[in-house]
This record gives sequence, C-alpha cells and structure tokens, in this order.
Amino acid sequence: MKALRNYLDRIKPQFREGGKFEKLHSTFDAFETFLYVPDSTTTSGSHIRDAVDLKRTMSVVLLALMPALLFGIWNTGYQHYLSLGQTASFGQIFSFGLWKVLPIVVVAYASGLAVEFIFAQYRKHEVNEGYLVSGMLIPLVMPVDIPLWMVAVSSIFAVILGKEAFGGTGMNVFNPALLARAFIFFAYPAQITGDTIWTAGLTKGTGVIDGFSGATPLARAASGAIDKLPSMHDLFFGFIPGSIGETSKLAIIIGAAILILSGIGSWRIMVAGLLGGVTITLIFNAVAANAYMTIDPLTQVMMGSFLFGMVFMATDPVTAAQTNRGKWIYGFLAGFFAIMVRVFNPAYPEGTMLAILLMNTFAPLIDHFVIESNIKRRLKRAKAVV
Amino acid sequence: MADTIKIKKGLTINLLGEATKEVSDYSPSEYALKPTDFTGVFPRLLVKEGDLVNAGTPVFHDKLKERIVFCSPVSGVVKAINRGEKRVLQEIVITPDEKLSYEDFGKLDSSSLSREEIIEKMVKSGVWPMIRQRPYTIIANPDDKPKSIFVSGFDSSPLAPDLSFVISSELPLFKAGMDVLMRLTEGKLHLGLPAGQNELAGIKGVETTFYSGPHPAGNVGVQIHHREPINKGDIVWIVNAQDVLVIGRLFQLGVYDPAVTIALTGSEAGKQGYLRTRKGASLKGMFPRDAKTEGNMRIISGNVLTGEKVRHDGYLGFYHQQVTVIPEGNHHEFFGWAMPGFSKFSFSKSYFSWLTPGKKYKLDTNLHGGERALVMTGQYEKVFPMDILPMQLIKACIIEDIDLMEKLGIYEIDEEDFALVEFIDTSKTDIQKIIRKGLDLVRKEMS
Repeated sequence: MKALRNYLDRIKPQFREGGKFEKLHSTFDAFETFLYVPDSTTTSGSHIRDAVDLKRTMSVVLLALMPALLFGIWNTGYQHYLSLGQTASFGQIFSFGLWKVLPIVVVAYASGLAVEFIFAQYRKHEVNEGYLVSGMLIPLVMPVDIPLWMVAVSSIFAVILGKEAFGGTGMNVFNPALLARAFIFFAYPAQITGDTIWTAGLTKGTGVIDGFSGATPLARAASGAIDKLPSMHDLFFGFIPGSIGETSKLAIIIGAAILILSGIGSWRIMVAGLLGGVTITLIFNAVAANAYMTIDPLTQVMMGSFLFGMVFMATDPVTAAQTNRGKWIYGFLAGFFAIMVRVFNPAYPEGTMLAILLMNTFAPLIDHFVIESNIKRRLKRAKAVV
Repeated sequence: MADTIKIKKGLTINLLGEATKEVSDYSPSEYALKPTDFTGVFPRLLVKEGDLVNAGTPVFHDKLKERIVFCSPVSGVVKAINRGEKRVLQEIVITPDEKLSYEDFGKLDSSSLSREEIIEKMVKSGVWPMIRQRPYTIIANPDDKPKSIFVSGFDSSPLAPDLSFVISSELPLFKAGMDVLMRLTEGKLHLGLPAGQNELAGIKGVETTFYSGPHPAGNVGVQIHHREPINKGDIVWIVNAQDVLVIGRLFQLGVYDPAVTIALTGSEAGKQGYLRTRKGASLKGMFPRDAKTEGNMRIISGNVLTGEKVRHDGYLGFYHQQVTVIPEGNHHEFFGWAMPGFSKFSFSKSYFSWLTPGKKYKLDTNLHGGERALVMTGQYEKVFPMDILPMQLIKACIIEDIDLMEKLGIYEIDEEDFALVEFIDTSKTDIQKIIRKGLDLVRKEMS
C-alpha cells in the first residue's frame, strides 16, 4: 500500500498546473480520491468532521440497489428459460442473466462517466459521485432486450441535458436516470413498448413456446385482463416480466430498509408515496368505472415500477422537494399521480416515471410554499409582540 | 415552577478525553489579550511595550466606540505587541508580577446604583466586553435597552466543562452578578439549566428554564429561540455563565478579576482536569507531562466544534472555557470510504459504528472526503432544533440576499448554532464561515 501511495505522490505533480498531464487533472483526482480518502484537514469552525462523505453516501445507495440488481439478473435468466419452456439449473439461469445484464450496466457506466469526466475537467472541479448511482439506476429501469447503443445514447443524453446543462450534480431539476428512461421511451417508442422486450430473446422470438406472451402485469391490466394478473406471491417475489430491477418487491423493500436505516434515503417520501398510491386506488375502487379501477391497492402497489420508483427515484435528494414538509407533499403527489396515469392512460402503461418527473418539476414550487409559510410564521410572531 | 423544554434534534458526539473533576491552580508566565476575539472591534492601542499595567488597566479600546475598553487581566509589564499580516493587531502579551495589584473601582452594592451608574462602572472596568448582543454576537452597545438577557448555565458541546461544578463553589458571587444583570433590562433575565437537580436553580428574580436533550441544548441561541425568539429590531444580551462571576466580583470586591475555570480536554491532552486561571492565559506549561502537544496535534482554544486553532504556546481566548487537544488528520486513508468503519463516528448510520452507540471516539481533524455540491437534503434539519430552515438560510447567505436572510431568521442564529450542521455535512462545506459572512454582511448593511 505504501508503494502505491509513494507512486501516486510521485506522479501527482505531472497532473498539477503546468504539468505534462494537466488536462487530466480531474481524472487523476477522481482515481486518487477513489483509492485514498484525501489528507485535507479542517481549518476553523468545526475541527472534527463526520466520517460520511458523498462517496460513502453513494456506495450505501449502491448497496441498497444490489438486491434488486442480483434478483434482476436471476429473473432475466428465469424468464428466458421460461419462454423457451426449458428447465435450467440456478447456475445456468444466473449466468445467462449476467451475460445479458452486465453489458447494459457496463455501457451505462462507461458512456455516462465519460461525459462526467469531460465536464469535470472542463469546469475544473472534481468528479462528483452522483453518477455512480444514476449509472446503476439506468440499467435497472431498462427492459432487458434493449439494444446497447440505446443505453449509451440515453445515458449520454441524461448526463448532458439532465445534469450538466443545469450546472452539474446538485443543480439538476430532473432525476437523470428517469430522464434517460423517458428519453428512450419517447425517442424509440417502437423498441421499448410491447410485450416482447421484457424477456431476453423474445424480440427475436426463436424457439419460444406457444402461449408465452411476455406481457407485464401492467400490460395485462391495461388491456382489461385483470383476471390474468400474476399471483400476489409472484408479484411480491418478482417472478414476472418487467424492467430489470423493478420486479422483486422483496429486493426493493430490502433496499428501502437499508436507505432508511442508514438515514440516507428519505422515509418521508417513501411513506408519503405509498400513501398517495393507496389513496388514489381507494378512490378508484369506490368509482370502479372499469376493470382497471377495481384492482385493490395492494396489487396496484405491487405492479410495475411503483415501489422501485418511490424508493429509489423519488427520493433523489437533489430533484425531490428539499424541505421536510415539502417531501411529504411531493411524495404523496408522486404516488397519487403514478397510479392515476397508469389507470387513465393505457398508452403509458407505466405512470411512475412520468409522475416522478412531473413532481420533479413541481418540487421547487412545493418548497417555495413551505418556505413562505416559515417566513409568514416569523412575521406573525413579530407582529404578535408589537 | 420552572419549565422544562425538550430539545429533540441534535447530536451528542462522544469523544475521548473528558476532564476529571479535580481543580488545580494555573498561573502561567504570560497572558495575552487578543483583539481578534472580538467580532467587529477595531482596536486602538493604549499602551506600548514596557509599560506597567494593573489588573483592570485599559490596554486598547474600540476605535469606533472609544468607551469600550479592554483591560489587562493581571498586573505586570507589557512584554510584546504582536501584529500579523497587514499589521493587524494579534496579541498584546503581558508578563505578570509576583504579586497582583488591581485598579480600584470601588466596592459598591449594585442596589444602591442607578442603571446608568452600573453600566458606567462595567464599561470603565473592562467587564463590558463580556456582555454581548444577539443578533450578530458582538459586544453590546451600552446605550441599548435589551428586550431581555440570557445566560446559559450549561455547556452541551463536546467535552465541555460542567458549569454547575465550576460555579457552585462561588454561588454568592454568581448571585451578585445575576443581581447586576437584572438591573440592565426591563425584560426578563433568563437562565438555562440542564434538566435535573442544579445548584444554580432558584435564584430570586431569575427566569429559570430547564432543557433536556442533546447538544445544542446548551447553546444560548437555542434557548433564546425557545423562550423569546428574536424578531427584526429586537436586541437580546447574552453573558457567559462564568463571566457572571467576574461581574459579581467587580461589584463585591471592586476589582477586575477575570478568573475562569477551564477544562483541559481531548484525547491527546494527557491527564485531564480543571484549571483555575485567568482569561488570556498562555498555554505554555498548561499541559501535564503526558500530554502530546508537540508535533502533529491540533490545539484548540474552546471546543472542537467552534473553537479556535492556536499554537502550542498560544493563549486562551476571551470567551473560551476549555482547551482541547486532538490529533491532526493530515494522512491519506486507503479505501477509507469503502471500509466497514467500526471505529468511525458518523451521524448517519452508513458506517457500522452505529452498532456501538455508547462508544467514545478519538477523532482527528481529517475532513473525511472532498468538498462537493450541497447534494444531501433533509440532513441539517436533524441537528438543528429551531423553527428555521437551515439549508435555505445557508443558501441565502451564499447568494448574499439580505432580504431573504432576514426573512429566514438570520437574526436568531449565530455561527455556533450551525456547528453541528457543519460537522455532519456530507459535502464538507465550511458552513460556519458562510454564516459568519452572512451575519457580517447584514450587520454592515443595517448600521
């Protein structure tokens, strides 16, 4: 370890101003701080600091995403062999899934990070860790049969227009991963909708057994076939077709637990989102104008990417409402609209993505009203004294 | 019956190196007054090197308010006048005499004096700088009539001295000091105490409030917020509890005797205890033999959250009642952010140290990460027990929007109220500096 440290210290001057590799300054910093926590110390104010930093924060989020990723990999293989009507061992299933999913993850990271590094160098600041999470979220919300070049294009689009155009990490209005998903949804509608893209190999359709449709529960519900919905058992554990990371509610709940216990994810948004979703479903149940409206709240919440969105997407600290009271309102409306879009508009089987992006737009407005009410309380107090 | 206010938000940082409750006397070979301790004061010297001074002889005054004088804590010779960059006055060093002699300000009971006479005596004798005002935490203007006066009877910051222990041995002086303060306001004189039995409770005419909960429950700003929040235009005076003793001494004995009992704390301070000394005491010779003050150490006058970094032969700050020694953290840590971190202290539960909540930590001055954008939201609120939006106020200070700062409550806060926010901040931003700049800007704009 000492040798590595010495080596880094030796080559460091070449990356400083006037050095040979001045242009790779940010890149060097990114790798150095990845290997070593910097030796910088406090100067005044609080002389000691909390051990947490953005790298740690982001790695905890990544850890929370791991169950969903691992299950997604397994389920990709499982759905594939199911469509072929073959039985396969766990090893076969998992390695097939890995072979399909890993390239998507690698492409999402490579393309997005490349843009991040270029912008960091151009803006002369350190590479922010935010993309470590975005780069994992993007694959998890993609259908497995997506062409890799689309993953690359949408990741690059998300970083440039979703983040850097607003000034970089911390300044963006929309969740980059959702923006990537929305981009692909509207740019290539033919490739990302339908029943076949959710199962690896189904788009080509060779060797598929009769009767296997690959339709997601949402597609079935949208077509009114609510009697053909998978069992609650399958919905909960995730033995269903869908985007890579969204299917297993158990994996998502484990992730949510990690986020809440570590104090990094906002439990307010998650709880409020769930409340919002249940509220609108109960209203629909009362109206019951069509078959979709009669689906009970539990099934609604278990279908599609609702839970995944509320746990991992809506809670993005930058694009969510920033005040605590705002987080309640924001989360509630996100959940509310997610189910509403899905039920009212069969053209968009998945409402969660659009609902959260919509709420991203309104988050600053929600915060504005929370801040105003705080200011009014203060003014009122001043008047009461006089 | 006094009220108890529960402070729920906050954080107690468990550090190694608490002072044991044994008091010894400490008479250093030098004392110094540091004009930099006083926010907003432009010092003009009244002595030169070689001059003889008594305890209570004015050493410098404020150019803008010449009435406000700053007096020598001991009798002796002015040994050196140290200036820093751009000839800014840093320290006026005084070598004490064998036997102390005091300027005589006359033994007079405060009850026989008018408010103006009391103030006049406090201003002349050099105790006035102990009376500070909120907003801005600057020395109070003697011509103002404060809405109320607040004294926090306990310090909840990490490793802070137990003020009941320090003061209870001189209770009559404390009472005399409080009687003086009572005369300075038409409003209430508040005393904040920790919940439970306390020797300082029950002083006649004093509005006592008990506070339970973690740091910053002992911060006077938090206490003001919960009892008489400051609105625009309000002025509240604040006094450190130990300074009440100095005021008591002035009226009971007629002398300026800025004695202070400090706690020697921190993981590297050796055998810790309490020291009875005076404001401005030199740290040279203060530490026991087993202390590690040489080399790679951070010596802090004050506590680890708000104190000032000083040299190992530096001087105790005017408002400080604690000296802390901790290791410097200027080392690289291999994959530090990825380790399980059983021995890393974090408010978040992202390191496994949350499994051992009672553990005491030896923390160093490492930032534990690089400076980043303000990404995490909802974090600051967890350690900020006021009805103020901390993130939004910080941002208002950054963009220098005075109107917005005012609306968001800048008058109610001080940089020390943001110390915990700065401690837990993921982005490693120097938040206390931002707040101080905001406060200075508002003050300049308002005067």
